[in-house]
Amino acid sequence: MFKILSKEELSPNVYAYQIDAPRVARKAQPGQFIILRTNEEGERIPLTIADFDREKGTILIVFQVIGATTMKLAAMQVGDSLADFVGPLGRPSVIQKLDGAMVVVGGGIGVAPTYPIARAMKEAGNKVIAIMGAKTKDILIMEDQMKQVTDEILVTTDDGSRGIKGFVTYAVQALVDRGEKIGQITAIGPVIMMKSVADATRESGIPTVVSLNPIMVDGTGMCGGCRVTVGGETKFACVDGPEFDGHAVDFKGLMSRQRMYRDLEAEEKDHVCRIGLGR
Amino acid sequence: MALSLKKHEMPEQDPSVRAHNFDEVALGYDEETAVAEAERCLHCKVPLCRKGCPVAIDIPAFIERIKNRDFDGAIDKIKESNGLPAICGRVCPQETQCEANCIVGKRGEPVAIGRLERFAADRAMAKGGKPAKIGPAKDAKRVAVIGSGPAGLSCAGDLAKKGYKVTIFEALHKAGGVLSYGIPEFRLPKDKVVQKEIDAIKDLGVDIELDSVAGRLFTVDELMEEEGFDAVFIGTGAGLPRFQNIPGENLNGVYSANEFLTRCNLMKAYDFPNHATPIKVGKKVAVVGGGNVAMDAARTALRLGAEEVSIVYRRSEAELPARAEEVGHAKEEGIRFQLLTNPVEVIGDENGWVKELRCIRMELGEPDASGRRRPVPIQGSEFTEPMDTVIIAIGTGPNPIIAHTTPGLETTKRGNIAADEETGRTSKEGVFAGGDIVTGAATVILAMGAGRKAAAAIDAYLKNK
Repeated sequence: MFKILSKEELSPNVYAYQIDAPRVARKAQPGQFIILRTNEEGERIPLTIADFDREKGTILIVFQVIGATTMKLAAMQVGDSLADFVGPLGRPSVIQKLDGAMVVVGGGIGVAPTYPIARAMKEAGNKVIAIMGAKTKDILIMEDQMKQVTDEILVTTDDGSRGIKGFVTYAVQALVDRGEKIGQITAIGPVIMMKSVADATRESGIPTVVSLNPIMVDGTGMCGGCRVTVGGETKFACVDGPEFDGHAVDFKGLMSRQRMYRDLEAEEKDHVCRIGLGR
Repeated sequence: MALSLKKHEMPEQDPSVRAHNFDEVALGYDEETAVAEAERCLHCKVPLCRKGCPVAIDIPAFIERIKNRDFDGAIDKIKESNGLPAICGRVCPQETQCEANCIVGKRGEPVAIGRLERFAADRAMAKGGKPAKIGPAKDAKRVAVIGSGPAGLSCAGDLAKKGYKVTIFEALHKAGGVLSYGIPEFRLPKDKVVQKEIDAIKDLGVDIELDSVAGRLFTVDELMEEEGFDAVFIGTGAGLPRFQNIPGENLNGVYSANEFLTRCNLMKAYDFPNHATPIKVGKKVAVVGGGNVAMDAARTALRLGAEEVSIVYRRSEAELPARAEEVGHAKEEGIRFQLLTNPVEVIGDENGWVKELRCIRMELGEPDASGRRRPVPIQGSEFTEPMDTVIIAIGTGPNPIIAHTTPGLETTKRGNIAADEETGRTSKEGVFAGGDIVTGAATVILAMGAGRKAAAAIDAYLKNK
């Protein structure tokens, strides 16, 4: 069983859990994800790995309560165990010394999975700049951790309560405008944000990697539910990704597929509320 | 006494009732019917039926025991060669294997070997009582089996019987592979049959570790170098679903059969929201393909509440690769067969959902490499039908994870693991493979046969090591 060792509410409805999973932690690498089930009747949901500690044998996951399963997950407490915790899945991020700075862009809870990537790229000898976006300053997450593994942090908020007012693309543009030589951008967050970043760098050709988190069941290549069109070809995010060239991803198709079960999810969330699991 | 030229009928749920439930369709023989059917066996001196069985069950011997009402003896005889008889009795394509060779079948219908196997296995299960749990010796050599589907289970069972310490690693949260995620409840009950047969393998001393994705959680090399396994068997199964590569296949409402069946069988989406995994089926469903998986997907869609379900297959009825019984059951339940028809485009609405399926009529031309007549499109015969859901069941390609993470393990041009047909031996010492990952998508029993052969080869390899 996979015990919850710690639970922290990073911002309203956003939680960080340390999970006891020594075998997964032994092999986890930046950019990979896990699949979990809360209970025997539960759904399998993918979450990108936010951190791993090989010595303690733990994996950090960060999630936002959006559907029935994350609601059930949020209702669990330290000492409870997840029914299943499978990973590490997907291909790891490519960690290398770049010609130019490494820029990680995290939107909302997307900041969390950029953390191990930033750390590894820093260890590989790169200058690392983090762009962290949030709706408002109070819901910004993991700033202290990010500070330790980056050379510079740019914050953007939709309402201007911290840093640059506006979207993360404004910060990307600010870097370009000041003449920063960018070797690679890795953007993780809402699909619309990743699309905007990819659009913003398309012309200049800055290599832009995005990490996709589509609907999937098994996470090992069997179901094909996570398929996404990249460069005109169908790819499976679980075995070919989750990272892809942002300039080649068909974001429109991806956004549409993300909505596939929206109505049923609402029904299920209501069901979970009625049986009293939520808060 | 003149023998009946016909098999004894096996009772089934009425088609109009069963089309709306997930309970098993075929209900099995009772003792009297089984004995009567067993009496049809001629006990040929050279039993050709046995040659048709991929795991070489001593068929005349077990049928003889049923005839003599020695039902315990019958199941013991089967289990000498087959660790999963209740499963095989239900899902083997007997008509092209044992029963195809039956001499009685030359004049009438063959002896119902599959039904008799099922009878013996079900009766033993109903009777309960487990054999004493046997464990391997303390100094037994260790074998890792990757995948708990038919190939892995039969390989593990045989090795355990030979005294090896066997651990199966399964990627999913439930053991059984295709028996659990793929074949539907109404054809192969999960708790009543699959889980019990897996438990019987565990009783032989086999450990099963779930949630363990080989190639990610550990590599094949790590199993042998760090975790102390003396040999590895790879039986990871069919892998990545194929699509047709036609426009619109990534629209919402297009499923691979793997995903559709996994949501329903493994995740129990038919019991949503008590089980949390959703599924969408709509009113009009097209299933593309003509194999057992296509029949399973079509009949599942019907049971999930679809009003009209069509099989869309590019060849004619004679070429349908599915078991005859599955095609018959599908027809009885009202599945529509659009034969000599091939999809050319899935058309979506403004929100990215399937709206229509555009197909073209086909005719059969010259024989192709498979010996079957090649389907050729009839120019100008395209037509469009409204559709809510399209399920693609045209086969699978190999999963790349293990091949990518195992240096020295050779694959074929198609990406399957290259392994000797008789022994499962691969290009890497101590590593064996069998089942769909070697052959491409085939049947449960062929995978079991490959697992058994590999177990014998692993035994020989470890004895000489």
